[in-house]
Amino acid sequence: MKDISYHILDIVRNSLNAGARMVEIHILEYSQTGQLVLKIKDNGSGMKEEMINKVTDPFFTTSVKKKVGLGLPLLKQNAELTGGRFSIESAVQKGTLVEAVFNLHHIDMIPIGDLALTFRTLIASSPDTDFLYRYRVDDCGFDLDTAEIRMRLEGVSLNTREVLDYVTDAIHANLKALKGWK
Amino acid sequence: MDKIRNLADLRELKDKLQSKTKLRDKSETPEQMVQIKVAMATCCIASGSRETMNYIVDELDKRNIDAVVTQTGCMGYCYAEPTVEVILPGKEPMVFGYVDSRKADEIIEKYIKGGMLVEGIIPVNYKKID
Ligand SMILES: Nc1ncnc2c1ncn2[C@@H]1O[C@H](COP(=O)(O)OP(=O)(O)OP(=O)(O)O)[C@@H](O)[C@H]1O
Ligand code: FES
Ligand SMILES: [Mg+2]
Repeated sequence: MKDISYHILDIVRNSLNAGARMVEIHILEYSQTGQLVLKIKDNGSGMKEEMINKVTDPFFTTSVKKKVGLGLPLLKQNAELTGGRFSIESAVQKGTLVEAVFNLHHIDMIPIGDLALTFRTLIASSPDTDFLYRYRVDDCGFDLDTAEIRMRLEGVSLNTREVLDYVTDAIHANLKALKGWK
Repeated sequence: MDKIRNLADLRELKDKLQSKTKLRDKSETPEQMVQIKVAMATCCIASGSRETMNYIVDELDKRNIDAVVTQTGCMGYCYAEPTVEVILPGKEPMVFGYVDSRKADEIIEKYIKGGMLVEGIIPVNYKKID
């Protein structure tokens, strides 16, 4: 994967495949340690313990159409290449938390990429799922919660172009403000 | 400092869209709508399916075509990624390979709007399994 935004789309797709109705995506940057922590948490079907150990093996997948599962191993590899860490916590019928830690200043650090486009893609194809998108740089940041947006829209579907444009603009504006302050 | 941009201005958007939706609702039921599925597994994403999907969603809206666009897992034609399945109302599913924005444009104009076949169809007797 070329950048973090593609990884997010890919890992959240696992959550959706596991029947999640709610997915939280946290990107937390810490300037002191130079680390970026990516957390993706869902309330999907979860995994048994023996499965958690297998999923970072690229030859393991429960997909019926292909023989390798690459999503989690690739994220693990990209995090570890920067001297970072990767972990999964999961409980059957409860959900899953995937966490990857990157060292931002490492030479092998991948770019963040187009987060707004990833988010737009997720909302466009899963307008009824609740996505919470949280971005923090130290103690500054913003949340974007599609449950809240849906409530305010009172019945208008989220996958209309005007709403998608609104969300995209909001993310761009917030990211710009956030980076501008720093 | 939690929300830099708050959601207050969503209200205006809501009013605008509610009247637009009302106009639309009468015209079509889901079965009459075009269904499009974009494969979005790991390798599909790496080969550009995110961009393809967004291009399709935006262009359908610009060209006033009512369609349901969703994501799906690997369709089994990884050699031809990005792959897209199109179901026109009352027709068999059709799978297209190597769908970049140029190809997507052709599919929308010729196949979806015009009902004409275009190159790039993956010849399969594709059966849904999920
Ligand atoms: N959030 C999750 N909840 C439940 N099961 C999961 C979750 N994430 C991954 N899994 C399980 O782990 C397996 C491996 O995931 P991984 O993303 O590495 O590969 P894949 O999704 O099968 O294929 P690919 O990502 O290459 O398209 C999945 O097939 C699924 O069974
Ligand atoms: S993984 Fe993309 S079509 Fe198979
Ligand atoms: Mg996956």
